[in-house]
Amino acid sequence: MIPLEAYLILAGLIFSIGLVNLFINRNLIIVFISLEVMLAGVNLALVALSHYMNDIRGQVLAIFTIAVAAGSVAVGLSLLIAHFNLKKSVDTEELCELKEE
Amino acid sequence: MIYLIFAYFCLSTLGISIMALTRKNPVHAVLWLLLLFLHVAVIYLFLNAEFLAMVQVIVYAGAILVMFLFTLFLLGARELPKKKRYTSMIEGRLLIGLSITATILAVFSSIKAKYTGKYTIKYIQEVGNTKAIGVMLFNEYSLAVLILGVILLIPMIAVSVLAWRRRDDTS
Repeated sequence: MIPLEAYLILAGLIFSIGLVNLFINRNLIIVFISLEVMLAGVNLALVALSHYMNDIRGQVLAIFTIAVAAGSVAVGLSLLIAHFNLKKSVDTEELCELKEE
Repeated sequence: MIYLIFAYFCLSTLGISIMALTRKNPVHAVLWLLLLFLHVAVIYLFLNAEFLAMVQVIVYAGAILVMFLFTLFLLGARELPKKKRYTSMIEGRLLIGLSITATILAVFSSIKAKYTGKYTIKYIQEVGNTKAIGVMLFNEYSLAVLILGVILLIPMIAVSVLAWRRRDDTS
């Protein structure tokens, strides 16, 4: 029997790798990919707790998370395309102005 | 034997997520992300969540990553130059990120599963994982499913508004 802590530490490490990369990366596409990695870690923690607490609500919550993540990624990527059409760049440090010149 | 397989999947999941986030070419990053999602689906199978493993493969690998790839192709998928890969003030950001990491690991490694519900492994084997999830989803969480439909409808409208290009705007 694999202990619960193994799954939770794995989930925490996956989440943290995504989080650190979210902070330091400049490419907006890689930032979205690190958001996906963080969501994978969160879902893993939910499913692990659901298994070890004998309650299936964790898996239901993970399904909700996946569905909401799909919607948010769609909006984020379309915002990315709109920004790229305006500025011709995907750099996070050039995101500071919202106005069109 | 099961420990060996689990250790392989743990280590390869961590390695793949680092590989996915350090690639220079975004298309390579998306392909490493696909591999990461397949490995996470296998870890779901370790946890007796076979329906969620299939959802992970179908929705993430089938839909979201294809959306990422289409976006990359629309953008032209150019690589950023090497010296501009990370933000300025990277040391401070790394320090903040690593301290949050330490906090998360300290909290997660001290969680104990004290609560036990009535969905034991024996009960789920009797009913079936998919049926148990479906009964829970459409009885106890039926209002949440309806709200989820609205949540999925609004991004569809938002995306089509955002992607709208006016004719007189193309100068």
